[in-house]
Amino acid sequence: MNIKITGLFLASFILLFNALQAQTKKKAIRQTTAGTSIARGKVVYTNVCLPCHMADAGGVQNMNPPLINTTYVLGNKTNLIKIVLHGFNEDVEINGQTYSNTMGAHDDLTDRQIADVLTYVRRSFGNKASAIKAPEVSKVRAMSKK
Amino acid sequence: MMNRKLFFAFCLSMIATAGLLSFKLIKGDNSVRGHETVNAGLTLPEGFQAAVIADNLGSTRHLVATPQGDIYVHLAGTKNGKGILVFHVDGDKATLKSSFANFGGTGIAIKNDYLYASNSREVYRYKLDDKNEVINPDKPERIVTGLIDRRTHAPKAIALDNDGNLYVNIGAYTNICSEYDHNKTGCPILDSAGGIWQFKADKPDQTYSDGVRYAAGLRNVVGLAWNQQDNQLFVMQHGRDQLHDLFPNLYTVHQSAILPAECMFALKKGDNAGYPYVYYDWIQHKNMLGPEYGGDGKKLADPKYINPVASYPGHYAPDGLLFYTGNQFPEKYKNGAFIAFHGSWNRAPEPQAGYCVVFQPFKDGKPYGDWEVFADGFAGTEEQKASGHAVHRPCGLAQGPDGSLYVTDDNKGTIYKITYKKQ
Repeated sequence: MNIKITGLFLASFILLFNALQAQTKKKAIRQTTAGTSIARGKVVYTNVCLPCHMADAGGVQNMNPPLINTTYVLGNKTNLIKIVLHGFNEDVEINGQTYSNTMGAHDDLTDRQIADVLTYVRRSFGNKASAIKAPEVSKVRAMSKK
Repeated sequence: MMNRKLFFAFCLSMIATAGLLSFKLIKGDNSVRGHETVNAGLTLPEGFQAAVIADNLGSTRHLVATPQGDIYVHLAGTKNGKGILVFHVDGDKATLKSSFANFGGTGIAIKNDYLYASNSREVYRYKLDDKNEVINPDKPERIVTGLIDRRTHAPKAIALDNDGNLYVNIGAYTNICSEYDHNKTGCPILDSAGGIWQFKADKPDQTYSDGVRYAAGLRNVVGLAWNQQDNQLFVMQHGRDQLHDLFPNLYTVHQSAILPAECMFALKKGDNAGYPYVYYDWIQHKNMLGPEYGGDGKKLADPKYINPVASYPGHYAPDGLLFYTGNQFPEKYKNGAFIAFHGSWNRAPEPQAGYCVVFQPFKDGKPYGDWEVFADGFAGTEEQKASGHAVHRPCGLAQGPDGSLYVTDDNKGTIYKITYKKQ
């Protein structure tokens, strides 16, 4: 009897989580291509950006800038793509705070990965800016090679 | 019948979840309430008490106390144009006496009737009167100038010995030198950074050419202190970052979070601690060859590089070091070391850690026995700590004339005074 109840208990947990997960999945499918780009971008973010910019994109005091509510992220797309491609080695001031760490170049990422991760960042953490597409990254990459 | 059972189980699981959630909320509540206790939100060993003696000062970095009960506090940047604040401390109350210095910075120290203070390029000194008050706050003497400042690891922490020498940390302006040493022929920036430089304490306007590279191969040192027992410089090195990010095939995410060690070195002139070629593994207790230079997590470092005298978990970020020579604390603390750990950022996606003051027992001028967390709770709740968005972050340490311990927090600008009452 005890085993049965424990089993049911566990089963109900699993059912509950499955139902919740199915719901989020459905949402993702219903969204447009920006949606799938965001989903792919989140993976890139987790692997490449998160160690410095943190899971909530809040950055690190004095060292790594936040990616929220700043023109570096929400503004000019070309400049933002350039930061990812070439890294960044300047003093950044955001809302009166300065950030000093050097960011390495990430030109080893593909155009699509960069487009995805930037779209993810520009559409997450409360940010609401337009998506970035892979051809836009290709253009900036080609420009920088000249 | 089956359905009813299922429904029952479902209800139970909901109750359990709700219970867990509410427990979490209650726990959060308690931690907040803790800030209002006499211990100022800090957990301390039995018999110790903490008080907030000043708050919201700006980014308070290192500080130094005088025998007359004043403290000089260095701000990272200037506030209202001033980078050094002077307080008189009476019991648990600090009263602002004055502020001066048109530069912010980290390093500050008193030696032989002078107050020394640094910014990220220079070291100045101010003559003190017989009450240890600055005689002419507008006219400091510039002792060192022209030190390299490329933002990363820019603070120039300082210490002085008993023979008229000044020691200045010049941090490496990079994580692991990889962007300057593409062919792995040797890190070229070590001629002017990544070490401790020695200058004369009384000679104006010294530059690199007047100084001596006292110890090389130190990535970045913020906490450093002269040990009077064995007349030697002790430094705390901030270890490298990103073992997993840069070498995912050699190091797991977890290894990268806890490695390498934060190291305490006892330095002699000419020592080389091996940065960026080596790192110390505090679990294996071995000095390892760095992966940039052929290491694989198993190959050992060249023994010509010195070993630390004590090591601590990765990324804790030691920003303050103080040898306790007071008589107020119990006997075991005498001549031991307090270390202020600023707290990690390079442990994500694992929870961040550190944000505490550690005590390292010493015997005959050397670390002896295991270190222990002395003061904790600066970060706030577990969530605030794990996310890295700590409320307070320990940085500077000083010992008051009565043997009390001062701790600065450079996030909110809080100064804590920790005292001991015999039970």
